[in-house]
Amino acid sequence: MPMTQPGAEAIAADHAANTAAAKAAAGAAKAENAAAGVIHSRLANGLEIVVIPDRRAPVVTHMIWYRNGSADDPVGKSGIAHFLEHLMFKGTHAHPQGEFSNLVSELGGQENAFTSYDYTAYFQRIGKEHLGTLMEFEADRMINLVLSDEVVGPEREVVLEERRMRTENDPSAQLDEAVQAALFPHHPYGTPIIGWGHEIETLGREDALHYYRRFYTPENAVLIVAGDIDFETARDLAEKSYGRIPARDDAPSRRRPREPEPRAHRLVTLADEKVEQPTQERVFLVPSYTTAAPGEAETLEVLAHVLGGGPSSVLYDQLVVEQKVAVNAGAYYMGSALDDTRFWVYATPAPGVSLERLDDAIGAALDKFAASEIAEADLKRAKNRLVAEAVYAQDSQVSLARWYGESLATGLSVEDVAAWPERIDAVTAADLTAAARKWLQKRRAVTGFLQPEGEDQAGLAA
Amino acid sequence: MTAHAIAPARTRAETIQRVVTPGGIEAWLVESYAVPLIALEFAMRGGAAQEPADKAGLATLLAGLLDEGAGPYDARAFHRAIEDLAIRLGFGCDRDTISGHMQTLARNRDEAFELLRLAVCEPRLETQAIDRVRGQIAAGLKRDANDPDALVAKAFREAAFPNHPYGRPVRGDLESLERLARDDLEALRGRLLARDNLVIAVVGAIDAATLAAKLDATFGALPRAGRLDSVAEIDIHALGQRRIVDLDVPQSTIRFGRPGLQRKDPDYFGAVVINHILGGGVFTARLFNEVREKRGLAYSVYSHLNEYDRCAMLVGGAATKNERARESLEVIQRQFAELAAEGPTADELDKAKKYLTGSYALRFDTSTKIAGQLVNLQLDDFEPSYLDERNGRIDAVTLDDARRVAKRLLGNGELLVSVAGRPQGL
Repeated sequence: MPMTQPGAEAIAADHAANTAAAKAAAGAAKAENAAAGVIHSRLANGLEIVVIPDRRAPVVTHMIWYRNGSADDPVGKSGIAHFLEHLMFKGTHAHPQGEFSNLVSELGGQENAFTSYDYTAYFQRIGKEHLGTLMEFEADRMINLVLSDEVVGPEREVVLEERRMRTENDPSAQLDEAVQAALFPHHPYGTPIIGWGHEIETLGREDALHYYRRFYTPENAVLIVAGDIDFETARDLAEKSYGRIPARDDAPSRRRPREPEPRAHRLVTLADEKVEQPTQERVFLVPSYTTAAPGEAETLEVLAHVLGGGPSSVLYDQLVVEQKVAVNAGAYYMGSALDDTRFWVYATPAPGVSLERLDDAIGAALDKFAASEIAEADLKRAKNRLVAEAVYAQDSQVSLARWYGESLATGLSVEDVAAWPERIDAVTAADLTAAARKWLQKRRAVTGFLQPEGEDQAGLAA
Repeated sequence: MTAHAIAPARTRAETIQRVVTPGGIEAWLVESYAVPLIALEFAMRGGAAQEPADKAGLATLLAGLLDEGAGPYDARAFHRAIEDLAIRLGFGCDRDTISGHMQTLARNRDEAFELLRLAVCEPRLETQAIDRVRGQIAAGLKRDANDPDALVAKAFREAAFPNHPYGRPVRGDLESLERLARDDLEALRGRLLARDNLVIAVVGAIDAATLAAKLDATFGALPRAGRLDSVAEIDIHALGQRRIVDLDVPQSTIRFGRPGLQRKDPDYFGAVVINHILGGGVFTARLFNEVREKRGLAYSVYSHLNEYDRCAMLVGGAATKNERARESLEVIQRQFAELAAEGPTADELDKAKKYLTGSYALRFDTSTKIAGQLVNLQLDDFEPSYLDERNGRIDAVTLDDARRVAKRLLGNGELLVSVAGRPQGL
């Protein structure tokens, strides 16, 4: 999707998984390595701390992650996690509305926040000498948020405009919502992060405060500091700010229903007069890094790369280069998730090729893959790329910070992150074939067809 | 040289080595061994604006084909070679440049430079690859056919730049793409991919002598001189006009713009400050406060300065439900008028300067970002000293300067506006 504005990510719901292009980008960003010298600790009140040294420039990235996201929205209150993320910029008694953002800006910092299914995070990038100040403001905002109906009302309109921009204006986003809803009929991953429009309209001050009091506690948070700072300094600053917040009795628990074993393939079609380029996606229900048996998630990661990680991949080679039934094809595994998650295979048909024919070709390619063993050179190529991405990640403190935050917020440990390259390297050709047979079964999948108006009947006839 | 090559003990300009090769190729190098990586960014002057008028999309197609088979490798073999070594390699194009980036693990340095050489100097441009990439560009155009952002951009471009290369779509359109042939690609390649058009920046684990040899080997076979057509200077046309594209969606996507200032203009940094106050500051700008924070009219509202080689602009956008599109536009235009008439307050100026100078370091926190900054400076014919002088020039903007530049930049507040949706009352 074209980004038309530098600040477009402002207070964004993290919909990275909702477009094929973003899927590819997220896939690249996922594959990262543990930086040397990462230290993990915990304050007395339960707040976890991770410090990631990066001494190349005198700047730091400060992030606070809360272990709650849209999948923790109460029934009927979809969108509250994301709405609260917006409202967290409305000020406290000590620092009224605008003061925090103005301060960050005046100190030459940049800030933002994002909400995903399993977490909500707030971050700033700033000169290292200002880290303590940021921590004081962020800690204040963890417990002292003040909301009035005067600020909640207009902000709800902002969120509705955000939903119009992301979804109501865009048929492909509407199909994505329907596909996810079909893949997760029971689990809350089937509800969009931003929420359903008719429920956003009903969200109010009390809903936000109730949700805030439940989840915004030190035991439920992870502090990540990456940049030009040592662990002791960062911890001391954290003690003086976050450390003053008393622990609650216990950390909030997240109890979500588990999705039952899928037994029926589902086809979801959306036809709209605004669609001129049809597209196809097939999304499988698979385990995440958190729910998988040892090594299984890493296998799915390598599988996604082998099948659809760019122009050297199996699906691109067969569908785009050989059969010429598609102009593009790819795959993506959304491994970071607290609960069972999604594995996408997607393609854009060549002119004159129906979505049904393309979908059949994809099915045949997946069957062929599952029936034969991948060549060692092809496996090695994929693993090399994934492991190398861990080295590339060391060039960006923001992506390292994000990777640790996302991992810890979805139930993984710092050790899991550090061991990731080794575990990728341990994946075998036989693992890949077995995983394809086990997880990429059509009955586990929802297929989505996006097509021009008037072509949906053809889709149903398939 | 140590791992602290980007550390503040030296000024930013002092970290830069100007490498001039025996073959006369120049690059700016930041030598750093903190991470075992090398990042190279380059650009060649002359992008889509150099295409023949009826061949829109040609430069985009050319850039997309450079890694689709080169030298001894067909497309599949080339991609596999890149992938085997986990090299990051890609090419792109905008109105004024064709650009490329290469990033590699230091241990694969030699192979990476060789693959870059093949892509730049010996692309095969095979028919199958041409058809494949053309099909991908066409699919992207069709995907955007009713995308509100793409529609307002097209309406704006066509109204702003009539009969000028900037009025044409960089990716071309479905008709022009069909007209692009291999001969066209070869002709454009011969004109644009040349050493005198080339600027390069490298950041990472490589020393100046090694880099010089690599650059001669990589780019030395290119023709010495490119052949660029002159592109006429142009100011945004149709100020005061509105172009509305009917689209059946609940929200109106708005784009607006008026002339800006070029980077070499003595008032440029005044304009940077004024834009920040108007709509550049993500959570602090007047547009953010008036349109979003106070009224809840839009999720996204912003402005920024945008300099093409032949046209400087101040542009912005917003997206508001159809029923309130008129109100949004009125609020936006009022901000232009008020800031032009009264200028910023002393407090706004002070805060804008603090942000703009304080945040400059954040543009230099990854190798690829540093290399990208250094390529842009060279494209604009600045010296490395710019890196050290830039904050001082922002600090030097006085309140009188800011008031004067606000008048110059915002003028009578007239905007060219394009809207996609079903806006009410416009």
